[in-house]
Amino acid sequence: MSLYVDIEKRLGGFHLRVQFETGGEVLALLGASGCGKSMTLKCIAGVETPDRGRIVLNGRTLFDSEKKINLPPQKRRVGYLFQQYALFPNMTAAQNIACALRNLPRGARDARVAELVKTFRLEGLEKLRPSQLSGGQQQRVALARIFASQPEALLLDEPFAALDSYLRWQLELSLMDTLQAYAGDVLFVSHSRDEVCRLCQSVCVLCGGLAEPRLPVRELIDAPATRAAALLSGCKNVSRARRAGEYKVECPDWGVTLKTAQQVHEDVTFAGYRAHYFDLADGPGENVIECRVVRVIDNIFSVIVMLQPLRGTELLRYELPQDAWRQAEAATVYLHARPECVLLLTGEE
Amino acid sequence: MDWFPLLNSLRIAVISAVIVFFLGIAAAYYVAKLPRVVKGALDVVFTLPLVLPPTVVGYLLLMLLGPRRVVGAWVLEHFAVKLTMQWWSAVFAVSVVVFPLMYRTARGAFESFDETLAQAGQTLGLSNTWIFWRIRMPACRQGILAGAVLAFARALGEYGATSMLAGYTPGKTATVATEVYQLWRIGNDALALRWVLVNIAISAVVLLAVNLLERRAPRRKGAGL
Repeated sequence: MSLYVDIEKRLGGFHLRVQFETGGEVLALLGASGCGKSMTLKCIAGVETPDRGRIVLNGRTLFDSEKKINLPPQKRRVGYLFQQYALFPNMTAAQNIACALRNLPRGARDARVAELVKTFRLEGLEKLRPSQLSGGQQQRVALARIFASQPEALLLDEPFAALDSYLRWQLELSLMDTLQAYAGDVLFVSHSRDEVCRLCQSVCVLCGGLAEPRLPVRELIDAPATRAAALLSGCKNVSRARRAGEYKVECPDWGVTLKTAQQVHEDVTFAGYRAHYFDLADGPGENVIECRVVRVIDNIFSVIVMLQPLRGTELLRYELPQDAWRQAEAATVYLHARPECVLLLTGEE
Repeated sequence: MDWFPLLNSLRIAVISAVIVFFLGIAAAYYVAKLPRVVKGALDVVFTLPLVLPPTVVGYLLLMLLGPRRVVGAWVLEHFAVKLTMQWWSAVFAVSVVVFPLMYRTARGAFESFDETLAQAGQTLGLSNTWIFWRIRMPACRQGILAGAVLAFARALGEYGATSMLAGYTPGKTATVATEVYQLWRIGNDALALRWVLVNIAISAVVLLAVNLLERRAPRRKGAGL
């Protein structure tokens, strides 16, 4: 099982450049909205045509601009789960599933529909129209319909975007089972690092149309390499940065030069620091940022403190357990950044 | 009362509506896919008959189909058939005049169609023809039907272009519209009024049908899409 994608497409002022390869695992395309995630999926499915490049699925060339190959979506055998599921509103749930089985004789088709209805727990809903189904049921019908067409790869476009948070979790659990039972390649488009972390093995960060190299999900959380990856991995504090020594990085937005555990290379343009990795120090010192408390916000299980570095421009976010914060607003505090937790990042604003 | 004008009007309107139904849908479907500039230009051409006086449309058609004009002369020479002054000559006139009604309503319906439905169909291996007839058309059914009924209603009442291409020959090319004018001209007010009432009745029924279709339209939006 393998999917190779290397495509380029210009659309107005937008320039999509995506390159990755997967081998039978669940790969996430992680990026903010408008970064080209859906366009990438559409190019792979064949409903959009890239300007240049190559797409190969299990040794079959789906698209090759040099060899002038461009298979129609019907011949690609790529399943596409649309954000709003795209069920046909004029057909019942069963008819939606059956239309992907039109090449089968009637008896075999009915049997296969019944089988899929059972697998996706749609018993009793067969005769209902999409508008009569809940969001979760709609998604299950859409998945059943996709599996009826026996795709070699599965593209999931923000599958939980249309659902509220309780339902989302139920569906995530059932999607986990579905994906585990599926042997082909899966591309999972999302802007949520939590979903990606739970459902995917590797991740490709997309930023402004440009895809970064694929990496294991764990690595994205522990050591993101670019500004975009750091932000998407949930890092709240990012400053412009410049190398100031072999283990020193200058962060003008925070008004501090930090000592790092990791070697600082010339190409470092940003530094990141996660909100819950700060410590409080008693006074000035190495890696200590002197700040004024701007605001204290109660979160569900934690406290978020927004701090203004006295020599910097950008607010810092410090997160700590609920009862651990005792300072008043407007107080001056000393934040200590651990050298091993400073993220050294490349990339552009 | 001789019912020929009504019969003639009905057959002209039905034939024209059927022709325009398919032409209008095809035009709307393909124009939507064209690049912006070409689309704008074609849109003007296709909508022009809606705003031109029907007599101007009739005049232009006569310049094309008249017995001594390009198409008219050619057909006359090869098939010995005159394209004007027949009852079916009105079909040319009426089709051109009502075409924009069908074209514009169908285009509006296609434009509000959710393209991801067609894309989903394609990735499921369904042919484009199947998608068009089984997904796109049913989803746009209301708009397209409303357009067809509107075109049919307008076709029933067409006067200007019809009178120029088919003229008025009692029992041969007379339609309800031309009949009313003739009866009024010769002072037969009583009969003219009866035809007027027939005309109003038919138009009212047709417009009622359009309203019913349009009232049902919004229901299919929202959930499920």
